[in-house]
Parts: sequence; structure tokens; C-alpha cells
Amino acid sequence: MSVIVLVEHTEGTIKKKSLEAVQYAADIAKKLGTTATAIVAGNVAESEMQNLGNYGAAKVLYIGDNRLNQLHARAFTRILVTAARQEGSPVIVALHDVNGRAIAPRVAVQLKAGLVSGALSSPDMSDGFVVKKSAFSGKAFAFVNVTSQVKVVMLAPNSFPLVKGEGSAVIENLTVAFDEKDFGVTVQSVDQITGEIPLSDAELVVSGGRGMKGPENWGLIEGLAKELGAATACSRPVADAHWRPHHEHVGQTGGTVRPNLYIAAGISGAIQHLAGVSGSKTIVVINKDPEAPFFKAANYGVVGDVMEVLPRLTEAVKKFKAQQH
Amino acid sequence: MKVLVCISQVPDTVTKIVLKDNNKTVEENGITFIINPYDEWYALVRALEFKEAGIADAVHLITVGRANTEPVIRKALALGGDEAIRIDADSNDPYVTAGYIAEYAKNEAYDLVLCGKETIDYANGAVGPMLAELLDIDFIGFATAVNIAGTIATVKREIDGGEETDTASLPLVISCQKGVAEARIPNMRGIMAARTKPLKTISPTAIEPLTTVAHYELPPAKAGVKLIAPDQMDELVNLLHAEAKVI
Ligand SMILES: Cc1cc2nc3c(=O)[nH]c(=O)nc-3n(C[C@H](O)[C@H](O)[C@H](O)COP(=O)(O)OP(=O)(O)OC[C@H]3O[C@@H](n4cnc5c(N)ncnc54)[C@H](O)[C@@H]3O)c2cc1C
Ligand SMILES: Nc1ncnc2c1ncn2[C@@H]1O[C@H](COP(=O)(O)O)[C@@H](O)[C@H]1O
Repeated sequence: MSVIVLVEHTEGTIKKKSLEAVQYAADIAKKLGTTATAIVAGNVAESEMQNLGNYGAAKVLYIGDNRLNQLHARAFTRILVTAARQEGSPVIVALHDVNGRAIAPRVAVQLKAGLVSGALSSPDMSDGFVVKKSAFSGKAFAFVNVTSQVKVVMLAPNSFPLVKGEGSAVIENLTVAFDEKDFGVTVQSVDQITGEIPLSDAELVVSGGRGMKGPENWGLIEGLAKELGAATACSRPVADAHWRPHHEHVGQTGGTVRPNLYIAAGISGAIQHLAGVSGSKTIVVINKDPEAPFFKAANYGVVGDVMEVLPRLTEAVKKFKAQQH
Repeated sequence: MKVLVCISQVPDTVTKIVLKDNNKTVEENGITFIINPYDEWYALVRALEFKEAGIADAVHLITVGRANTEPVIRKALALGGDEAIRIDADSNDPYVTAGYIAEYAKNEAYDLVLCGKETIDYANGAVGPMLAELLDIDFIGFATAVNIAGTIATVKREIDGGEETDTASLPLVISCQKGVAEARIPNMRGIMAARTKPLKTISPTAIEPLTTVAHYELPPAKAGVKLIAPDQMDELVNLLHAEAKVI
């Protein structure tokens, strides 16, 4: 028996959020008196897999098929189902991201397992199998009890700090009998926005609203983001006006982010905007209007003009970073 | 081409959430229910565009819910669509919802099933892929553009840090988000027409849920904002480092 966890990588480098998932699975395994098994597929170096031992994986099941460098959700479903049956897994862990969300629900159906998405807590097993998640656009938390025998949990990225321990994982090959239909979706082209930090996984986010006045001022947002190592985001009207690309738009109709730090510059803080950012651990609001609703949701506020405050904040961060070294 | 659009009812983001029964349930009185925005603005509108372009012959709407979801499904019909199906059951578990829809859809030979990327209440995004699994067909999630030529779908979808373009053969389930279509407002003619469109109610064989919500919690009230003078940005950085521990 073991808890299995699906691991993602970018061209062979295991993603940080997958290390979080491995650590999370290892914690569940420990509570159940068992171990965690990481599932790695595609082209990944042995050293990368061995490193998973440092985050609590006792074993890696590896399947080195190059087709698996891409998301073939049905192939990954078969991999997880095969591994879960082989391991007699009580719990299967995947990430609550674009990949995990295409795979884990299918796995849940095949194993007739209850699914909890966007998990924010380690399961409480004192009375059932209860996992905390965000509900109603961040206006409440729901504590979901998974009542089936086998459980599928999709962990929200950036929910637990990563702690590197010392451990080693044995690497074994996994054999899966694929079917032609497992590769029914063909990738025609990939448009990777290089050099940027993917917004949904970012730990730090700098975001701008209509108060930025126009796209010509976005250098101020990007300058601060660069200094911090942050991703950039925006409010909906900003994306609608094509000041910024659509994938940066956060809120009820855009993306959801849960970074450690969200800096909002010139954003009023409408409820539809808050719906996408209220899970942020710390919120800084810069707005010239002291009555802006965003201040109610903020931890730190600066009442002032973004055109003046942003350069000063960027300078201050630069100074701070220099002192750290 | 025959298209099915999955429509769910959700509380409007602007409604306040009040808990009752020892935090075990959400007070429904006072909640304004709307069509899940991703279902309405993107999935439904794209299906209607297919019909208008002569690519789809029929657009059906389906919802799993009790009689109180009928106003929402009528509103969806006012935007367009030929008929609606309401599966008369409670469901707060995606496995159950997908199970009911699959039970109906498997005999209807839909070429394309469109759903929203997730509901804005529980944000599972699980009904689409579960439905695809139950129907033994492909699923493409988080689409930002959907085009059909013959029996081939070309779908642009979100990936980690970018976008990719996929192709797949119909039948297919696709979950839609921003980019797929532009939101529409129902007009008077649509509203009138919706009144007489068929809304079929089906009593399904019950499917046992695999999850339940044990209880809810409201987030702790914010301690209140700490204001920092605009010329004291070093202080803000220090607070972010020493107090908030985020940099
Ligand atoms: C159904 C629905 C869904 C929606 N979904 C979303 C969504 O997903 N995401 C989203 O963001 N919005 C969404 N909206 C829109 C939302 O209601 C707001 O209109 C929007 O968030 C406002 O964007 P903003 O804060 O950038 O602009 P504004 O509301 O115009 O606010 C600009 C702010 O900048 C401040 N400001 C101006 N100049 C300066 C300056 N020089 N220095 C400092 N501050 C300055 C102003 O005081 C003001 O507070 C949705 C609306 C609806 C009805
Ligand atoms: N009760 C329901 N009836 C019909 N479709 C639904 C229902 N719940 C969810 N869906 C569809 O599935 C999508 C994803 O929902 P969810 O998995 O609940 O986040 C929604 O955007 C809808 O298109």
C-alpha cells in the first residue's frame, strides 16, 4: 500500500508545486502509517527523481515514454489508475492546476473515488477524511468529507511552505498498457510566454488597474515585479482595453491567484476582482482614494499616487535586496 | 452537429454568504442565483454561434437541479438554444452531477459537450472531465478558443505559462473560459421565445455522492489595514520582510 502522487515537470525539471504535492502526499501517507510513491512520466533525469526523496517520496514509479512530455490526459489517467491498483492506494494526490484538473477527475471516476479539488489543508482523519477548500469566490471555506474508500485530492499550489529534508527514493519502472485512444488529442503548437512567471503558481504578484492610466505606464508595474521576482496581473477593464494580455486578468471571470503577496496598484477592489485574489496571504493596496474598497481587504495600504509610489517602492525593494547579499 | 451545453446555477458573487445550522449549511434565503458565468458567457454563447453559422443543427441545455433552478435555465434559453433538460436531483458532488448528465447524454449522440471551466461556488472544474470519462471520450479543458471543421475540433487552451493549440476528433467535451466567446444579453424576442421552448424534466435513478460538505467557515475578519505614508516605502518593505515574512 502507498499514497501515490502525480509529479509534473518542465522539460525534465520537476516543478516546485509538484515538490509541494510530494511533501503533501508524504504527510498523508505518514498519517496512514504508509509511504508515498511519486509517479513520474516523460523525459526526466534520474537525479531529479532522486531529489523527490528529500521531500518524502519513498519510491518513484517511472515511465519513460516521450509522448508523456505532453499532457495526454487519458494516458495519464491510465498511468495513475494502473499505479493506484498496483499499490493498493487509499489516496491519490494531484495538483489543482491545468494538468491535474484534466486528469484527476477521470481517475476519480475510474476508481469510484470521491474527489476534493483545491485542497488547502492536510486531511483531518479524526472523523472521516475532511479537507479544507475555498468556496464562494473566497467568501467561505468548505470542509469536504470524502466518504468513498479511495480518495482523490487535488492540492492547491503554494498552500504549504516547502521544507527540504533528507531522504532517498527507490526508482522503479512502471509498465502501463496504453490504448490508442489515450493519445487522441494532438498538440499542434505551443505558445509559451517565456521569461515570465506563470501567474497561477506565482508566490508574489504585482497587479495594476485602471488607475495606471494606460499601457505606457506598465513599466512601473514590470519594474517592481522584476525587482521582486514577481508575476504581473491586472484588473478586467485593463485586459478589456488591451492594455495587458488577457491571461493576466484576475477575478471572478479571469484567473484566481493565491500568492504570498499581492500588490494592487490603482485597483478599486470591486468584489468581482477580490473574488480572484482574496486567497492571497498578504495584500498591499496602493490607491490615491482613501475610500477605495480594496483597503478593507488589505493588510498594508498606501494612500498615494501610483506614479510616485511605485518607483519609490521599487527603489526600496532594490535597496533591501542589496542589503540581503 | 448536435451540441449539449451544461448549465449550472450559482450564487452571484456579490451576495453575502451567511451560515446556519451550526455552520453546517449556507442560508439560501437572500441569495441571488445566476447562471455560472463561464457556462453562460462562453460555453452557451459559443454553442449559439455554431448554430448561427450553420455548424450546429441543435443546441440543448442541461442542468442538474431542483425546480428552483428553472428561472436560471429559462434565462439561458432566452439567450438561445432549442430545448432544455432539467435532471431533477440535488447534487453537490461533481461525480453525481457528471453521472446524471452522462446517463442522459449517452443515448443522445451529442457531437460536442460544452461546459464552463468551473463553477464560481466550489470551483471544482471536475464535471467536464468526469463526464468525458463516463462517456469514454476526450476532454480539453480551459479552452480560450474553440473551432470546429467537419468532425475535427481545434481548441486553444491554457497551459502553465502560456497557451497551446490542440486538435481532437468529435465527440468531445470542452470546458470554456474567457476568449471562447463574448457575453451576450438576452433580448425581448429571446425572452418571449424562451417561455414556450421545451423544458424537459427527468427523474433520475439516484447516484450516491462520494463527498459531502461537513461544515463551512467564514474567513477571519481582516485585522484592519496598516497605512504607510507614501514616502515611507523602506518601512513598507521592512514590514513585508519582518512582519508579513513574504519577501
Ligand atoms: C459579472 C461581472 C464580472 C466581473 N469580473 C471581473 C474580474 O474578473 N476581474 C476584475 O478585475 N473585474 C471584474 N469585473 C469588473 C469590476 O466590477 C470592476 O469594474 C473592476 O474590477 C474595476 O477595475 P479597476 O479597479 O482597475 O478600475 P476602477 O474601478 O476604475 O478603479 C481604478 C482605481 O484606481 C484609483 N486611481 C486612479 N488614479 C490613480 C492614481 N494616479 N494613483 C493611485 N490610484 C489611482 C482610483 O481611486 C480607483 O480606485 C466584473 C464585473 C461584473 C459585473
Ligand atoms: N448542476 C449542474 N448541472 C449542469 N451542469 C453543471 C452542474 N454543475 C456543474 N456543471 C457544469 O460543469 C462545469 C464545471 O463545474 P464544477 O465541476 O462543478 O466546477 C460547470 O461550468 C457547468 O458547465
